[in-house]
Amino acid sequence: MKRLFADIRLITSKDLKIELRSRVLINQVAPFALIILVLFGIALDADQKSLRNFASGLFWISVLLCALMAISRSMTIERDDEALVGLNLSGVDPLAIFLGKTCAIAIQLLILEIFLGVGIILLYRSEVEDFWLLVSTGLFACIAVSALGTIFGFLASGLGVRETLLPILLLPLLLPVLIGATRAFDDALGVAAINGWNWFAFVAGLTVILTTVGAGANYLLADN
Amino acid sequence: MSVVKLDGLVALLEGFPALTGVDLTVNAGEIVFVKGPNGAGKTTLLHLCAGLIQPKDGTGSILGHDLSSERTEIRKRVGLLSHSSGLYRDLTVLENITFWTQIAGVEQSEIDSRIVWALERMELGSKLQNQKVRSLSVGQKRRTSLAVFIVRRPDLWLMDEPHAGLDQEGRQIVDDLIEESVGAGATVIVASHDFERVANLSTRIVTLSGGAVLDADREGNR
Repeated sequence: MKRLFADIRLITSKDLKIELRSRVLINQVAPFALIILVLFGIALDADQKSLRNFASGLFWISVLLCALMAISRSMTIERDDEALVGLNLSGVDPLAIFLGKTCAIAIQLLILEIFLGVGIILLYRSEVEDFWLLVSTGLFACIAVSALGTIFGFLASGLGVRETLLPILLLPLLLPVLIGATRAFDDALGVAAINGWNWFAFVAGLTVILTTVGAGANYLLADN
Repeated sequence: MSVVKLDGLVALLEGFPALTGVDLTVNAGEIVFVKGPNGAGKTTLLHLCAGLIQPKDGTGSILGHDLSSERTEIRKRVGLLSHSSGLYRDLTVLENITFWTQIAGVEQSEIDSRIVWALERMELGSKLQNQKVRSLSVGQKRRTSLAVFIVRRPDLWLMDEPHAGLDQEGRQIVDDLIEESVGAGATVIVASHDFERVANLSTRIVTLSGGAVLDADREGNR
């Protein structure tokens, strides 16, 4: 167990160090997220009130699209020069590879969510009514996206068609997370009279299920 | 004692048979040179011995572990030097070697001394150690890959074209490392097109063709 946690820490810190060096998150993913928010605003040709009403959905669609980039990038790190073969030969538990990479993607997505959150407040004039609901939902949903994304990222990249296959595989399966997180955000941003904490519980349950399924499927990483 | 024992091993690559019934035994302390034309199955054979490929048919054991059911155990004890560098481009040479040493589960007390040894052995000076892998030449990358390879001190060395991309000095270092590893109790299988050089190093030459062993009994020049 001690070795497992040590390996998770090593893989997460290695991935984050590589991201800090390459600056893909800062130079490519964050501007992409900002462009999405602006384009949605222009495409909907909406007034501030309409944008505020749609803000939750637009936020989560932006997160999912950016997550695709982050997941794809995370897999590229391992596929370029076949570093994944080295990881498998090192006798690392595939569960450590799965959890290590999931943590790294989740941390990047959290940073991105903060950036996008500031974006919808500034661009769409959204107002936060329940800060903790916002934070809790953002945290759990990003773990769910990262866990499922890691498994499907490895599967898609192993087939050599990750750019086209990953969205087709991943997005439909993330639909329940998108719905739950959007509803919870609707309440947290005060645009819907619903109990957002019920929707948070739904997202948290999905997160536990998806992370467990991902951890259970970790053997795919050893043979992929 | 046989380190590698393969009986009628069949392996598929993308659905096509890359190895079509390989019979091969390699004993402890041997340096076996695997030769053959492109597409003969040399790389697949090394990947199979490393536990990276599940055999389709036949039986086999590596270092006493069953090739079908104990591949995780096999992977922990073999080293594979392949065509790809296996390095992270945005980490420095030192960061790469440190990461691979730690992830291999080397004892904490041994990590620093092993890294220093590997860096010195591959003649990776202090200036080079702090360079990103992305900025290295082919030969410098190969030296870094070799440092990562030797730092784990595997029991079975599987080397695919180990001299590729290296200058004369680097090639000599590889030859010396192979000799030293056998002296330290390891077994080495080298796949290469550099016939003369590797034949002089090896104790036995195995010829592969069309995914099968044509000849496994020719003596090397060592």
